[in-house]
Amino acid sequence: MTRKLLIVDDSNIIRNKIARALGAYGLEIAGLAPNGASALEIFSAVRPQVVTMDLTMPEMDGIECIRKLHAIDPRVRILVVSALADKATAIQALKEGAQGFLCKPFTEEELTEAIGELLSEEAS
Amino acid sequence: MTEPELRVFVAIVKHYFEQQTGIAAEVYTPFLADPDALPVLDYTGVIGISGNRQGCVYFTAPAELLRLILSRSGETDLSPRNLADLAGEIGNTISGNARRQFGNEFLISVPLVVQGRDQTISLPKGVKAYVIPFCWQHHDASLVVSVV
Repeated sequence: MTRKLLIVDDSNIIRNKIARALGAYGLEIAGLAPNGASALEIFSAVRPQVVTMDLTMPEMDGIECIRKLHAIDPRVRILVVSALADKATAIQALKEGAQGFLCKPFTEEELTEAIGELLSEEAS
Repeated sequence: MTEPELRVFVAIVKHYFEQQTGIAAEVYTPFLADPDALPVLDYTGVIGISGNRQGCVYFTAPAELLRLILSRSGETDLSPRNLADLAGEIGNTISGNARRQFGNEFLISVPLVVQGRDQTISLPKGVKAYVIPFCWQHHDASLVVSVV
């Protein structure tokens, strides 16, 4: 089964970069959201199994969005993709329901590897 | 801002270009900025800093440098909108990476992007600004750090 992916980032070029890499990896790009509020709307409509989540965004930040997505569907797999490089932020994101953390800047190889780990943990 | 703290930003700039493009940026010696002669190039991404530190960090670059980075990343849309987006994203990434050293109370805003060389960047009054000049692929750009 092809998994649906929702990409959440306030940067258009980062959304495109993630879509190119993970589309080629085999995920179906089900939605692109520039902030947490938009992500919640798209998530409810398309019910993706996988989400990449930025943290610093206008309107609703990534931590709050992770909390809300996890409340809607605790099975959703969330990879945080953020420039915030401190351990405390990563730990908080994981506590709120994310399963992985990838620090910007990232290469496409690092991204696909991180998603691969996220999905292999789901399977095990 | 101490010299070791400035070196944190120098290291982050170097890492960004090496990691994203595979081509190192040549980073020159940082210097204290003249508030009346701050570098402002085609696109400037400004990040406000609050929390345990106050001030701002901005990244400013010529359009051609941004076009080259986008092209190398596989992006085909080299419109002004995406160049502005990249300037903001680089400012955001460099500031966010600084939290590894400055901690999670080093709060960063979403980017504000200013377009055009005739723009003025307002820095916090009474706070020294340091320019970290660098060159990547024959294009000069700067990171300006004004944080107390």
